Amino acid sequence: MIERITVTTGHGRNGEADGMERLELRMGDVVSIVGPTGSGKTTLINDIELFADGDTPSGRRVLIDGARPPAEYRHDPARHPIALITQHTTFLSDLPVGLFLSTHAKIRCTVASGAVDLVEESLAFANQLTGEPIEAHSRMTELSGGQTRALLIADAAIICSTPIVLLDEVENAGIHRTRAIELLRRYRKIFIFVTHDPRIALLSDYRVVMKNGRITAVLHTDEAERIFAVKVSRLDDAMSDLRDRLRHGMRLDGTELRGLA
Amino acid sequence: MRLAICAGPATTGKTAVLRHVARKLLSLGHKVAFLKIDVQYAEEDEQLAAELGIPTRKVYSGELCPDHCSVMVLGDALAWAAAAGADVLLVETAGLCLRCAPYVDGGLGLIVMEATSGMNLPLKVGPMLSLADLAVVTKIDRVSQAEREVFRARIGEVAPRVKVREVNALHGIGIDPIVEEVLAAPLAFEGMQLRGNPPVGTCTICVGKKDIGWQSHFGVVRPLDNQTFYRGE
Ligand SMILES: Nc1ncnc2c1ncn2[C@@H]1O[C@H](COP(=O)(O)OP(=O)(O)OP(=O)(O)O)[C@@H](O)[C@H]1O
Ligand SMILES: Nc1nc2c(ncn2[C@@H]2O[C@H](COP(=O)(O)OP(=O)(O)O)[C@@H](O)[C@H]2O)c(=O)[nH]1
Ligand SMILES: [Mg+2]
Ligand SMILES: [Mg+2]
Ligand SMILES: [Zn+2]
Repeated sequence: MIERITVTTGHGRNGEADGMERLELRMGDVVSIVGPTGSGKTTLINDIELFADGDTPSGRRVLIDGARPPAEYRHDPARHPIALITQHTTFLSDLPVGLFLSTHAKIRCTVASGAVDLVEESLAFANQLTGEPIEAHSRMTELSGGQTRALLIADAAIICSTPIVLLDEVENAGIHRTRAIELLRRYRKIFIFVTHDPRIALLSDYRVVMKNGRITAVLHTDEAERIFAVKVSRLDDAMSDLRDRLRHGMRLDGTELRGLA
Repeated sequence: MRLAICAGPATTGKTAVLRHVARKLLSLGHKVAFLKIDVQYAEEDEQLAAELGIPTRKVYSGELCPDHCSVMVLGDALAWAAAAGADVLLVETAGLCLRCAPYVDGGLGLIVMEATSGMNLPLKVGPMLSLADLAVVTKIDRVSQAEREVFRARIGEVAPRVKVREVNALHGIGIDPIVEEVLAAPLAFEGMQLRGNPPVGTCTICVGKKDIGWQSHFGVVRPLDNQTFYRGE
């Protein structure tokens, strides 16, 4: 079982070194990566997923339990301990959803018999996050942006079932992200959320701040923020409620926000 | 002389991969030469010569299948590369003929495929994949991790023996394992042979007869409903 991931110091776009000795992520940690658009958040989680070894633009290295990960991690998906939910909101694979998921399940799952159940379970999971359900016979390329993200999350949680999950901006594309996080957090894993969302950031144990391609700070969520997080959640629920009413063709009159003041 | 022959459909990233491979080889102290074989237009030779300052050349295969053309010119090309002081020759072919493969029994055969192409691409490229040593999957930055893994599995179904390596050829990520394969492959030698059996037979279309319908042709012909057969002497 993996206990920790280490990211060693690399550098940003202009060559300035990351602002930390090393980043240590421990099993069970929930971490956010925050920073302006283009600041290198996706690049950082790609470094982790690819087990960077000084061979990516950032020059960072990634260690698993203090050592270079074995080559099979990268070359054998069945042993790859990381699931990455990318920012993509379209699939380019021209396969039906069912066939895609069962192929992926066969690769990721060492017990072949379980593959069928995994496909159904993944679809059921994904359909809790979307408005309109995804069908097994739909083509991957036909799915909407939200359906695509929902399927990626379900695939990562159920089919990949890895000890480490990286999620790139789950809040985008209109899925039920609170539900997604609730479902995901039932598992003990290292979760890394790239996010612009205060609610997700405050749910995390700490957040990595990025600017111009480099890590500038690591902020631990402090006591005051934890208390404030409750308010942020309430505000966020009210906003989701507004969005839902809008989606269902209802009129908005402000009653949704009453409990907030 | 070390030799790597790189095939793959157009715009999959062959040049992008070889550019990074060449750069890495140079940084390890190797002397690299580059040959591009294309049907009618190519400028890779000028680009790489300008960027890396290495000896480069191109040949246009014209009437010949580019894979056949590479068989014709490879002997001369190895001599040219040696005379230019190189110890590694990188060959990029157009890879248009899906019946043949340009790989030889010395050196490394590598096919470049893009992760963004359809999931059936591995089924369509025939011997270009099955006879390769290494399949390099490019553009992994454009698809999800799940799609990458399924694409890799599709390659494995068609060609279980072929190693798969994934790269982002835009940023040169994942290049080192390819360079290791280039350096680990058997050296080119006198009397090398093409791998596999090239398809036999030409037809009268190959020599310029343009009439429609197999009835007008001789040699290896093919009706819609029957298998290929030989018509003529
Ligand atoms: N350390 C680095 N060194 C060199 N280039 C970098 C570095 N970090 C990021 N870049 C480059 O900067 C660009 C933007 O980075 P990235 O996509 O990671 O940003 P992001 O924070 O995820 O943005 P967004 O919020 O829009 O998704 C990319 O082209 C990436 O290759
Ligand atoms: N995003 C992305 N683009 C790539 C990658 N590899 C190649 N490209 C782009 O794809 C196009 C075709 O690449 P090229 O090397 O010329 O293909 P070739 O015809 O096979 O030699 C170029 O615009 C490249 O920049 C990759 O890994 N990621
Ligand atoms: Mg990003
Ligand atoms: Mg090219
Ligand atoms: Zn041919």
